[in-house]
Amino acid sequence: MPGMEILLADAAENLHPARWQMAFSLGWHIIFACIGVALPAIVVVTEWRAYRRGNPHLRELAHTWAKAMGVLFAAGAVSGTLLSFEMGILWPGLMNTYGEVFGFPFVLEGFSFFIEAIFVGIYLFGWNRMSPRAHMLSAIPMIIAGASGTFFVVAANSWMNNPTGFRLDESGRVVDPQPVAAMFGPSMPAQVVHMLLAAYMVTGFTMASIYAIGMLKGRRDHYHRFGLLIPLTFAAIVTPVQIGVGDWIANVVAENQPAKLAAMEGQFATRAEAPLSLGGVYYDGELHYALEIPYGLSLLVHHDPDGVVPGLEEFAPENRPPVNIVHLAYNVMVGLGTALLVLAAAFGYAWWKRRRLLQHKWFLRSVAVSGVAAIVAMECGWITTEVGRQPWIVYDYMRTAEAVSPAPGLYLGLYATLAIYAVLTVFTVVVLRRLAKGHDIPAPQELDATPPDDRAGKVAVR
Amino acid sequence: MTLAEVLLGVMFVGLIAYALFGGADFGAGIWDLFAGGTRRGARQRELIEHSIAPVWEANHVWLIFVLVVLWTAFSGGFAAVVTTLYIPLIMAAFGMLARGAAFAYRKSVTTLGMRRFFGAAFALSSFVTPFFLGAVVGGVASSRVPPGIAQGNVITSWLNPTSILGGVLAIVVCAYLAAVFLCADARREGHEDLADQFRARALGTALVTGAIGLAGIFVLRADAPLLYDGLIGRALPVVLLSVLAGVASIVLLVVRRYPLARLTGGAAVATILIGWATAQYPYLLLPFLTIEEAARGRATLVATTVALVIGSLILVPALVYMYALFQRPPPQPEASATAPDATVEASRH
Repeated sequence: MPGMEILLADAAENLHPARWQMAFSLGWHIIFACIGVALPAIVVVTEWRAYRRGNPHLRELAHTWAKAMGVLFAAGAVSGTLLSFEMGILWPGLMNTYGEVFGFPFVLEGFSFFIEAIFVGIYLFGWNRMSPRAHMLSAIPMIIAGASGTFFVVAANSWMNNPTGFRLDESGRVVDPQPVAAMFGPSMPAQVVHMLLAAYMVTGFTMASIYAIGMLKGRRDHYHRFGLLIPLTFAAIVTPVQIGVGDWIANVVAENQPAKLAAMEGQFATRAEAPLSLGGVYYDGELHYALEIPYGLSLLVHHDPDGVVPGLEEFAPENRPPVNIVHLAYNVMVGLGTALLVLAAAFGYAWWKRRRLLQHKWFLRSVAVSGVAAIVAMECGWITTEVGRQPWIVYDYMRTAEAVSPAPGLYLGLYATLAIYAVLTVFTVVVLRRLAKGHDIPAPQELDATPPDDRAGKVAVR
Repeated sequence: MTLAEVLLGVMFVGLIAYALFGGADFGAGIWDLFAGGTRRGARQRELIEHSIAPVWEANHVWLIFVLVVLWTAFSGGFAAVVTTLYIPLIMAAFGMLARGAAFAYRKSVTTLGMRRFFGAAFALSSFVTPFFLGAVVGGVASSRVPPGIAQGNVITSWLNPTSILGGVLAIVVCAYLAAVFLCADARREGHEDLADQFRARALGTALVTGAIGLAGIFVLRADAPLLYDGLIGRALPVVLLSVLAGVASIVLLVVRRYPLARLTGGAAVATILIGWATAQYPYLLLPFLTIEEAARGRATLVATTVALVIGSLILVPALVYMYALFQRPPPQPEASATAPDATVEASRH
């Protein structure tokens, strides 16, 4: 058994690679998780419209999106599996001490994942085994499981931000864990709603952007118009709500994690009439070169220009999050969110006035970049949440450095993860591009219609 | 029986389900690897793809289920296992990543080169992943995982005789299950010749599994004496039951009673796992940590048990519906009028 000193040395060596590995695999998974949550609703609405109107373009769209769903859901499922291994492999200190407090929502999430996986299989491969009505109904469990899965996973994360539902005895051991109470901490409602809406924004804008690019290249048929309009409508409805939820969550953070809020705003001094700072670089205990909106921060947090906002000076230096990353990520998220709101508003205004927006190149170009913008905004939101919680893995209770595994050689996992995800990313893009280009690629449900027959050998070598 | 034992028992049912259903999916990938050249193996590969495509993701979730119950209700034991055995576990996770992605992506590409590449990635990762999972079981069962974080040797905990036995046995058992399951699938699709091919493989792997099992007795006696004592002691009836079920499925395969062979084949594999659990009862980490010592707070155990009961009320009907839907004979081409693209595809073949 290695001595204590060696253990600590290994843990220190493992900490940063482990954080990068976790950040990287989470950041990858979350894009596909978003699509897995929101895509079923968009596809089934399209299928329903196609069924009601008997419209072949809509039906073709629903088919193409279902194929993409097969690919995207698989990517989300397997990358999520790696994450559940990493929770224990990288952060055993967290699971060992607090697993009994906050592990419970993951048990519930297991059921959500089960239902989602079962009905994804049924939906994708049941096109010609079920009546159209039964087929559309089979999407409903997917939609519910996606939303409830978001709730459970984000509830666990919000517990890490604001741990509740347990007591510690004198020796620091957990006593009286209450896993159900732990799910309903103060950060949970705002975080869950924020994430769920983000999933619909990411999915809606990303899908719309694919068809906007097609229309910019001159493909202005019905297929592309519907492909742009349906997902964009979802995203445009959700975006204004998300801006309001953003205000809510900022207030929750201000109340429960003042150090995170101070880092988000790059605010060192505790003061009233605090300005809202945009951009800038934080060093020497001050934010330099930032654009300041007078009273902005006091208004944001207290809805009162005289409100006092605590700054980073309230916290010991070793308890402050890395300011520049958090401030930049937060600003990027808010900036992109605002830009997407403008896009959504333009879309809504044009719909109300019955203007033909799709003829305008600037509009198509905006939609074309909105997908990337939404994904970047979502990732920046997660960086704000997670890096803003540092140096704690369980806010105010356990440092990230205390949770990391001291196992020798663990840091090598980072390189393996980076290599595997690089390959996976390339192939995911290749496969999705092929799906987007050819409408008639026999995947995944089409091949299912033909059982293997004696001529199958010819098909495979063709 | 205490609440902790009930909960661990339910987790173990999940583990058995993963071994049977997830294991058969891995095994199907192994047969994809050995199906032969592109042209010769095409029909087998198509049957394999056709059988596992709708269900593999759901089958895979059993593993997640096992992990989350362990980390919530037996957090300390979970942390000990995953930190000491992190290398085979992360390798298994990478294998699942490559396998799931390659399988789903292969369906979406048409060029032969890409299909071959994804097919190879799918088949190879199906082959190595069960080895690592079996090695993890071997490490735990041979008393190489002490409690505490990363307290065991991160290399010899899974590179040792029992782990290698576990890994090899896992590969062979997966292949056996898949072959037995595919016999019935092939017959239902009306391909008696394919069914015969998989029947030969099922019989072959059954004999290999039996031989490895016999050799394993000596490995365990030398390398894992505590487990060995349990297996020839308390767990002996279960072990004999496994042998009986194995022999019965050989007979059933010989007389081509495929659906019944599925049941006995599954029972043979399930009883291997139950034998392991019985042999190391009442320990979670043999011989360091009992189930009772490993169990965490009462409220957590109660909440988890209630969640499992209520959750299974939703889950079991959904699973039954899924398997029933895809075990039905495939629809006739004219019945697929609701999916016009599919009809077009079918007619193009």
